[in-house]
Amino acid sequence: MDNGITLLLCFILLFGYYRKVDLYDSFVTGAAQGIKSGLGLIPYLLAILFPVYLWQGLGLTGAICDKLAPWLAFIGLPGEVLPLMIMRPLSGSASLGILTDIFSRQGPDSPAGLLASIYQGGTDTTFFVLTVYCGSVGVKNYRHTLKACLTADFVVYGAGLFWLALLLK
Amino acid sequence: MLSKIWLGMILIGGAYGILKGEGSAVLQAAIAAGEAAVKNGLQLAGILAFWLGVMEVAQRSGLVEKMAKACRPLLVKLFPSLPPDHPALGSILLNLTANFLGMGNAATPFGLKAMEQMDQLAGHTGTASDAMCTFLALNAAGLTIIPTTVLGLRLAQGSQWPAAFLLPMVLTGLTGTIAALIIDRLLRRSKKGW
Repeated sequence: MDNGITLLLCFILLFGYYRKVDLYDSFVTGAAQGIKSGLGLIPYLLAILFPVYLWQGLGLTGAICDKLAPWLAFIGLPGEVLPLMIMRPLSGSASLGILTDIFSRQGPDSPAGLLASIYQGGTDTTFFVLTVYCGSVGVKNYRHTLKACLTADFVVYGAGLFWLALLLK
Repeated sequence: MLSKIWLGMILIGGAYGILKGEGSAVLQAAIAAGEAAVKNGLQLAGILAFWLGVMEVAQRSGLVEKMAKACRPLLVKLFPSLPPDHPALGSILLNLTANFLGMGNAATPFGLKAMEQMDQLAGHTGTASDAMCTFLALNAAGLTIIPTTVLGLRLAQGSQWPAAFLLPMVLTGLTGTIAALIIDRLLRRSKKGW
């Protein structure tokens, strides 16, 4: 994968050189835009991270999961995966932290470890995508998108259980 | 909708903190979130700057246009509201490809560029256009075939079969993506957000 990125980079630059593009000037122009939008994202990151950290710091996420675990075992969902399911749409790094925790306590090949792997890789961080992408162009009205994406996340949770049971048991 | 979820999370967190006698939790979370936001934002700015620089080269050389042309039939079907020769289609393609190959860091700059181009086309209305909604739904579903981070983590934690989850994960991602596209189409005509 890393080699792929290197090759892609070299190819783009060589193609530009071949087409007589002013490489240096183009790169700096594009990079300046990148710095501007990157810095502009900080307020949006702050807004999304504050409640996530608040819940985690209080142990609220863990407390909710402990309460719900018995009911979830009923449909074959390991309770350890629930914190990941709550955090997955909110924060990619928080859910990655939970994934690491599940791996080290249950093992990556346990039912919980496998399901958590599927949830981490099978969907992206809805709130991050929405706040960052819309924030960068000043879009404040998402219309139906948040609803659509969160519903799709629930579909992913169901589909993950289904495909895992079908293929690996 | 986002405001309501945000407020709800903060109110619940605040109330829980007071009941638990941990009133300082809010302040601690604010400090931690501030630190993480600035750190992540600066990191993102650096990566963004690099890839948008490369992207500018690809754009000026006509490479983006070439790639978009090759995938035009599929993209036009997914984004009927964008003109078939619009540069936004090229950015969308690069973004989806990078996501597909698990290069999350490379995908974000292309995605931001695509948003900017679609926003220009829509006339800076502050409201997500049809094309933006479809694009956001696709990105939030985040279909990946090589989940580099998860694979690496499984290897690092001594998994006997690191790739065991791959097939069910791809099928799960595919199910989620199709669901996102269908729900986007179904809800598109509703005027209200939520």
